[in-house]
Amino acid sequence: MSFLFVQFLTGLTAASSLFLVASGLSLIFGVTRVVNFAHGSFYMLGAYIAYSLATRLAGPLGFWAAVLLAALAVGVLGAVMEALILRRIYQGPELFPLLATFAVVLIAQDAALAIWGPEDLLGPRLPGLKGAARVFGRAFPAYDLVLVALGPLVLGGLWLLFHRTRWGTLVRAATQDREMVEALGVRQTSLFTAVFFLGACLAGLGGAVQLPREAVNLHMDLNTVTEAFVVVVVGGMGSIAGAFLAACLIAELNAFGILVFPQITLVLTFLVMAAVLVLRPWGLMGRPDVALRAPAAALEPPLGSGSRRARLFLYGAAALLLLLPLVAGDYGLVVLTEIMVLALFAASLHFIMGPGGLVSFGHAAYFGLGAYGAALAIRHLDFAMAPALLAAPLLAAAGALLFGWFSVRLSGVYFAMLTLAFAQIAWSGASQWLSFTGGDNGILGVWPSRFFADKLAFYYLALVLCGGSILLLRRLIAAPFGYTLRAARDSPLRADAIGIDVRRHQWLAFVVAGLLAGIAGGTYAFSKGSVFPTVLSISNSVDALVMVLLGGLQSLAGPLIGAALFTGLLEEIAPLTDYWRAIVGAIILVLVIVFPRGLAGFARARPRRFRGAEEEP
Amino acid sequence: MTERRTLLAGISALILGSLAGLSIAAAAEPIKIGDVNSYTGLPAFTIPYRNGWQMALAEINAAGGVLGRPLEVVSYDDGGKPEEAVTRAQQLLSQDHAVLLMGTFFSNIGLAVSSFAAQNKVFFMAAEPLTDAVTWEKGNRYTFRLRPNTYMQTAMLAEEAAKLPAKRWATVAPNYEYGTSGVADFKKLLAAKRPDIEWVAEQWPAFGKIDAGATVEALAAAKPEAIYNVLFGGDLSKFVREGNTRGLFQGRAVASLLTGEPEYIDPLKDETPKGWIVTGYPWYDIKMPAHEKFLKAYMAKYNDHPRMGSVVGYNTMLAVAAVIRKAAATDTEKLIKAAEGLKLATPIGEITFRAIDHQSTMGTYVGKTDVRQGEGVMVDWHYADGANYLPSDAEVKKMRPAE
Repeated sequence: MSFLFVQFLTGLTAASSLFLVASGLSLIFGVTRVVNFAHGSFYMLGAYIAYSLATRLAGPLGFWAAVLLAALAVGVLGAVMEALILRRIYQGPELFPLLATFAVVLIAQDAALAIWGPEDLLGPRLPGLKGAARVFGRAFPAYDLVLVALGPLVLGGLWLLFHRTRWGTLVRAATQDREMVEALGVRQTSLFTAVFFLGACLAGLGGAVQLPREAVNLHMDLNTVTEAFVVVVVGGMGSIAGAFLAACLIAELNAFGILVFPQITLVLTFLVMAAVLVLRPWGLMGRPDVALRAPAAALEPPLGSGSRRARLFLYGAAALLLLLPLVAGDYGLVVLTEIMVLALFAASLHFIMGPGGLVSFGHAAYFGLGAYGAALAIRHLDFAMAPALLAAPLLAAAGALLFGWFSVRLSGVYFAMLTLAFAQIAWSGASQWLSFTGGDNGILGVWPSRFFADKLAFYYLALVLCGGSILLLRRLIAAPFGYTLRAARDSPLRADAIGIDVRRHQWLAFVVAGLLAGIAGGTYAFSKGSVFPTVLSISNSVDALVMVLLGGLQSLAGPLIGAALFTGLLEEIAPLTDYWRAIVGAIILVLVIVFPRGLAGFARARPRRFRGAEEEP
Repeated sequence: MTERRTLLAGISALILGSLAGLSIAAAAEPIKIGDVNSYTGLPAFTIPYRNGWQMALAEINAAGGVLGRPLEVVSYDDGGKPEEAVTRAQQLLSQDHAVLLMGTFFSNIGLAVSSFAAQNKVFFMAAEPLTDAVTWEKGNRYTFRLRPNTYMQTAMLAEEAAKLPAKRWATVAPNYEYGTSGVADFKKLLAAKRPDIEWVAEQWPAFGKIDAGATVEALAAAKPEAIYNVLFGGDLSKFVREGNTRGLFQGRAVASLLTGEPEYIDPLKDETPKGWIVTGYPWYDIKMPAHEKFLKAYMAKYNDHPRMGSVVGYNTMLAVAAVIRKAAATDTEKLIKAAEGLKLATPIGEITFRAIDHQSTMGTYVGKTDVRQGEGVMVDWHYADGANYLPSDAEVKKMRPAE
């Protein structure tokens, strides 16, 4: 009995830490609609800054001063990020800020490495509370009791702030309907900056109070941010109390789950998230009717079904891709092959994101299932290359059929998070099902047949498979199916009213995207010669998102340009310096600010703007 | 003719090197070695590795290089992704014309590059990956591995653990391949020596995301007499803090893989639990002349003490140079032939690359943890020669795929 109680208390400690991070994330999303990838970085920086301060300030007072100063410093960083970067791109497409926060993650990682070095740093414990308290005769870290209290304390403080102050009322109002708040004359800019300050503060506080519990390290950011996303989504986006409830739920499930199924730690949180989203799509305490009008800039003109410019671009690209290999060396061919594969991966994601209007955070699942489809067919069925390549899209489509059925029942961020959960479940399946997938050690020896072992032959194969699939996608977007999808995206209600089965079309689009990502994955497997669970990882999904957003969402050429640019950037910069991540991050930031509609979107918009200027009297 | 040219080049390199204080200036074209490792994915381990091979490289070139030509290492970062590592390996081959590949830390990356090496028929010296599969289940004739694998290090711990009176054992390991095979090997080896042992609990926290308090309580609830730990890095320090505070380690023996390596014990400082049986690298107490020379040179060059990764990097570079020197050529077949059975003197003792499975017999240090002047250290340690902790030749042959 005493053991169960202590385990419960331990769960509450973890819940408090989770809540601090998640509440800030939820707050920021609720008000600004920004999916803040950099939230984990705020958490990590909070811990690092607190480490530096706490090793200099003595005594319990010094410790708490360090924690508070660290939280404030991170809050300022958050406000600066909002004011310098995000404020410039709110008018762009809905997801563009996400790209910017991703760039900030890259920069923060390298900044932490440069300032604090690569080694884990074990911070000082809280003076006076180093030891254990006795709870029903069992030792329990005294400091953890402080944390257990801190969660509800912060929750109470936030409640007072939001319900007893004018500013808090405005924040709540903005969470419900920010256009209305703006229409009533509330300055959004200062409200958003303040919200970012508070949200980042909370993340920094969450990181800083970890000091007596764990070593500060460079992996804290990404390890935390996914967990925090799960909590926010389970609790309901924008709901602080929901985040608290979800944090408790997940932490307690984890604390007791490991007693029964110690192996399940890898997937437990994502299983919970998937279950909650399927049963209660808006999270435990979220509200389904959050007003979300698309900002005017996001309403793009309908895509032309092949203007002269577009056709010229297409012919040019095709000629380039056909002729380039003649001058590229062996390694150049490998890079070109990779670009083709990633272009299809990005184009398939673009298909559901752009025309489909469904943003997937887990598209790597289908890319990875394709890669595994080919590899498994070789490993277990002794398939030759051609049939194995056929198995790739089949497995991917099967996965998309299943996961898609659940996912298209949701929309917006909830859809994104459910796809992420499914991708995570597929990932842990691949790493845990040792006898079937080879686990983390992967499947080796997935090399092309003798004829295609030649780099040039393989490049042309990739060009035919991936280029052909991209052309097919173009065709699909211009076909009635594509128009139907766009109708469903722009106005689901009207589409429904004229007899379009919105869900079925979205489901079908999801499967098509999955299938084509599977072709990309299968080709990828043969180009690398081995398949590991990393193809299914979150970072792979994020890479695809970055490529699509870089290229621009509302342009057919976007994914191609995005893939070429992203691969090219890494190719050119990575060998130059250990700090290539920061440079890539900085370049993405510049691109995001200068071309808020993506590169291809910029090229399309430019002539029109000039025309507009000429027409002015 | 060639001999004379070699000699001349060697002499000119020596003279120029000592005159200008530069490591290379020979007229001969350098031999290019390709290196790929996770320099941004896991800098705490891979930067010391790079320091190690850079120091060895400078020493080799100052002494005239190999075959009269200086060595040049082209090094890339794989960002911790196996797919990226394969692309870099291709770049090293096609664009940089490297004659052989070396490096890698993560097991899956080691395996990916080893498969690439077999496909492209290029020599690969896997430096740091631990998984047994690199030289056994998925071994191939192009791949050699320097560091003692999971099985060997586990066998060293199991030998010590079998001497303990403890009968009730619990295990805790990160939930991925390194953790699972580390536990499976340990259970098998310990059970063979001690049939009376009972396994009472196992915990598998997700790598990098341990809920340490809950894990510690769950282990304590099973009332084990001893614990076997495979956690490392951030997970380890969390686990140690919670375990110390909650009294998990009081009156319990702990055997712990890799914990004595400076990479992992240094951050624990004065909170290092005492008396754990660990494998590691007590650089501060090793009195062998070869090691003292290495230590002095390393501290002088980097103003920092070496880590386990530094030794691995240093030895990898020595091994690569020795292989080329013995082969007297740079074509793959001759390199493989030269590497099989190659004996090499290193700062921590002589090692052999076994012909049977291409695993080196490099060992590691086994001892107990303690705290000295606020730093975690290893005491009562001895060097365990890897040659004594390998399975029988028949078993190895059974595991390695036929060629």
